[in-house]
Amino acid sequence: MTARAICVLATALVASPAALAHAFLDHASPAVGSQVRGAPTTVTLWFTEEIEPTFSSVKVLDAHGQEVDRGDKGTDRSDPTALRVGLKPLGPGAYRVEWRAVSVDTHVTTGDFTFTVQP
Amino acid sequence: MRSWLNAPCRRLWFGWLGFASVVLATVFCDAASAHGFVGKRFFPATLAVDDPFVADELSLPTYDRRTMPGHGDEPQTTESGLSIDYTKRITPNFGLGLGASYRRVAPQDGDTEHGFDNLALSAKYQLWTSDVHEAIVSVGADWDIGATGARRVGAERFSTITPGVFFGKGFGDLPDQARYLRPLALTGAIGVGFPTRSSTSSINDDGEEVIERNPHTLEWSFALEYSIPYLQAQVRDLGWREPFNRLIPVVEFVMETPLDRGGGGTTGTINPGILWAGRYVQLGIEAVIPVNQRSGSRTGILAQLHFYLDDLFPQTIGKPLFGHP
Repeated sequence: MTARAICVLATALVASPAALAHAFLDHASPAVGSQVRGAPTTVTLWFTEEIEPTFSSVKVLDAHGQEVDRGDKGTDRSDPTALRVGLKPLGPGAYRVEWRAVSVDTHVTTGDFTFTVQP
Repeated sequence: MRSWLNAPCRRLWFGWLGFASVVLATVFCDAASAHGFVGKRFFPATLAVDDPFVADELSLPTYDRRTMPGHGDEPQTTESGLSIDYTKRITPNFGLGLGASYRRVAPQDGDTEHGFDNLALSAKYQLWTSDVHEAIVSVGADWDIGATGARRVGAERFSTITPGVFFGKGFGDLPDQARYLRPLALTGAIGVGFPTRSSTSSINDDGEEVIERNPHTLEWSFALEYSIPYLQAQVRDLGWREPFNRLIPVVEFVMETPLDRGGGGTTGTINPGILWAGRYVQLGIEAVIPVNQRSGSRTGILAQLHFYLDDLFPQTIGKPLFGHP
């Protein structure tokens, strides 16, 4: 009885299409903590869950705290787990990406990381 | 000696094995963490140290095994068990918990006994959090309900009530020069156990009355963890992918110090191990190393399968009964 109940729960766990979870940053471009040659033109974040772009946000700040993104955040229709924003021309230096993700089941996660543009 | 796999446990044991194999298959599918958040910090559910969060979660099962040294006429004894623990948010900051454990007690050269330990109830309230400093403080109490378990496995006839304070602190606010220490986090709990009887009496094999005093105890514990998910999302992407990008090495320290009634010295264990925080479940395994002879005679084991009910069932049992999450 107990073993059967556990196995039923296990099957439901694996097969459930409706259960969703918090959206965590899986990887980014530029990568978290990376040093890049050549200034990127966009920052793209890939999350572990589909996100709600309307309620999610991403901004990029320079070493002086000035926002250097274009404010045009959006997702890719072919990949609803990705959030991207365009960048103004960047010079050498360190930049901070601050993000807030709202998954489709309304769980909220936040985070930030830096990347450096090399001369 | 009776086999460990007797009727009451055999089905549960094989059922758990089957379930664990299915869960392991999900390791390579999706991986995301759940609750236990302060700011951008996720705190996993630790195995031995009660974490400071109020959450909807289920530990099923927790397996433990330890060998306790002989004392006086009592022989060396190997104890093991399977436990279930369920916690439920009543409001976003207040929750209740219920725990039960099926025990196996095997004295050296003696008869093995099986049975349920006393039931345990708990309550916890999240007092304060700081997103910027990744910090949390909670208060709560545990009630080990006497006489609800089997005496043959050592379940006490009296209750013990343990009020306590719980805390958590992530180190994400460290300066940039120490950025590789930012994935570190510390959680802990401190409380005092109040037994409802100051002493208990029993009759030994010679027909003599034996009085055992029940001291007040200081329960103190903490867990130090290093989060690979935090490292890769907030500090530096090492390129680790499934399933390694969800690993959280941890070491837990679980101590008990009698405060009176001739209770003896501090006992406890140091538990190094590793956690894997998945999308809906968490897996954990730790070695249980006694800090002294009174605490055990050899290294034991602690393992757990833990469910994030708020992610599994966000619209039903995974949300607070009252208020918005």
